[in-house]
Amino acid sequence: MSGFTHATGVILAKELRAEFRSRELLTTTLVFVLIVIVLFSFTFNPTTSESRRFGPGLLWLAFLFAGSLMLQPSFLRERANDTLAALRLAPIDPFSILAGKMAANFLFLLLVEVILLPVFAVLYNIALFPILGPLLLVLVLGTLGIATTGTIFSAVSSQARLRELLLPLLLLPVLAPVLIASTEATVGLLRDPAELSLVWLTFLISFDVVFLTAAWLVGEYLLEE
Amino acid sequence: MPWSVVARNNCCAIWFRAEPPRVSTAPAYFSNSGPSSGQGSGLKIQFTNVEKRYGMRMALRNVSLEITPGECVALVGHNGSGKTTLLKIAAQLSRPSGGKIIFSERGAELSPDAVKSRIGMVGHHTLVYDELTAEENLIFFAKLYSLPDPSASARKALDPVGLSKRAGDLVRTFSRGMRQRMGIARALLASPGLLLLDEPAAGLDPEGQQWLGDTLVKLHRSGCTIVMSTHGRNETQASVTRAIRLESGKITHDSGRGGDPSGVLVMASVRDTDEEISRSERG
Repeated sequence: MSGFTHATGVILAKELRAEFRSRELLTTTLVFVLIVIVLFSFTFNPTTSESRRFGPGLLWLAFLFAGSLMLQPSFLRERANDTLAALRLAPIDPFSILAGKMAANFLFLLLVEVILLPVFAVLYNIALFPILGPLLLVLVLGTLGIATTGTIFSAVSSQARLRELLLPLLLLPVLAPVLIASTEATVGLLRDPAELSLVWLTFLISFDVVFLTAAWLVGEYLLEE
Repeated sequence: MPWSVVARNNCCAIWFRAEPPRVSTAPAYFSNSGPSSGQGSGLKIQFTNVEKRYGMRMALRNVSLEITPGECVALVGHNGSGKTTLLKIAAQLSRPSGGKIIFSERGAELSPDAVKSRIGMVGHHTLVYDELTAEENLIFFAKLYSLPDPSASARKALDPVGLSKRAGDLVRTFSRGMRQRMGIARALLASPGLLLLDEPAAGLDPEGQQWLGDTLVKLHRSGCTIVMSTHGRNETQASVTRAIRLESGKITHDSGRGGDPSGVLVMASVRDTDEEISRSERG
């Protein structure tokens, strides 16, 4: 277990170092999602009550787009110099490669979301501060689902010929349950009085556990040629 | 840890160590001290009826082959003959469709997990990250191999490949030859008992080929088992003790253990040249 944690930590640190050095992925995703949020706002021009009803759906849809954009290069970058082979040659648990990348993707997505939340609150005239704690919990669970599933499918699609097209095609249908659960949980938080739905939270936790277990079980095969 | 245990685990780098390696296992494969006889040993590999299928295409057909510790084997053959596939299977990057491979060291069979820490590979690509510096790359891999002092290991590995002065530079700024040297430094970082090289001379200028050839000679002298795929005659073949020709996934010629590899190497070179000439005439 300590070997697994060590290898995961080393890979996570490498991912963070590489990304924060170039900031290519973070900047691109952030700009893209900002445009989506602003365009949604201008297109619908919602009132406060409409924002509380439709805002969470638009927000999570934007996060989903961010995920499909950000997760694509996760394994594609390893193709450039066949560094995935170097990782697979190392005496480490193959799941630690996936786990390190999942953790990095989770942190990148969470960072983008945290930066976007104030913009969303201003554009949609929603007070997020009173519900910040439970909202962060929903964000963490939903983002974990997106990062876990996205990393798995990024590994699968990176070896396909139409890899750029394949990831969104595979990912978006599979992430529909996360989108629904996260949206419903956020809608509950924006009601008056705010309510944290345990049903949707349990659903999100179950989704995360199922896909993490699946990644652990088939991780070695996912990384093979 | 007793010296003998460390020596068994790091056999490739033993002969140049001045101190008992309780701390560092970094490759110092350039040394003036020469090999310590009887201590260094490579891995033994035994392929038995190994097959590999990609869909309907057979990449390897019933390959049975035994490579003994310390051999330096050149795999020759034209493109698509199965050289890379055989190397990938040996590196455990690809599963065979049939047959089995056994790795052993000093008579004891190694588990698949134990084998991984004893294999170094130089591939078609450099297997290093462009967006990291040379030193960061090697520290990263040293940590993955759980080497005791990753920073010291990285510095020691950069020195013999002549990249110490560029340790802090991003790999993307390196020339092709320097990248290839980085790839070799990465492969030798954990002092492997088996070194696999897939056309290591590709893209290297004559000076780079000479350097690589010298490096392989020193590694071979240290007792490391070396298996490399190669095209034509070049400087990297100076250390070759055995040559095997593959055609359509089958072994057609094997100079054998202790045999003279030059016949197979020359034949491969002549055939490759003939093929190139006929291709250019057709084209």
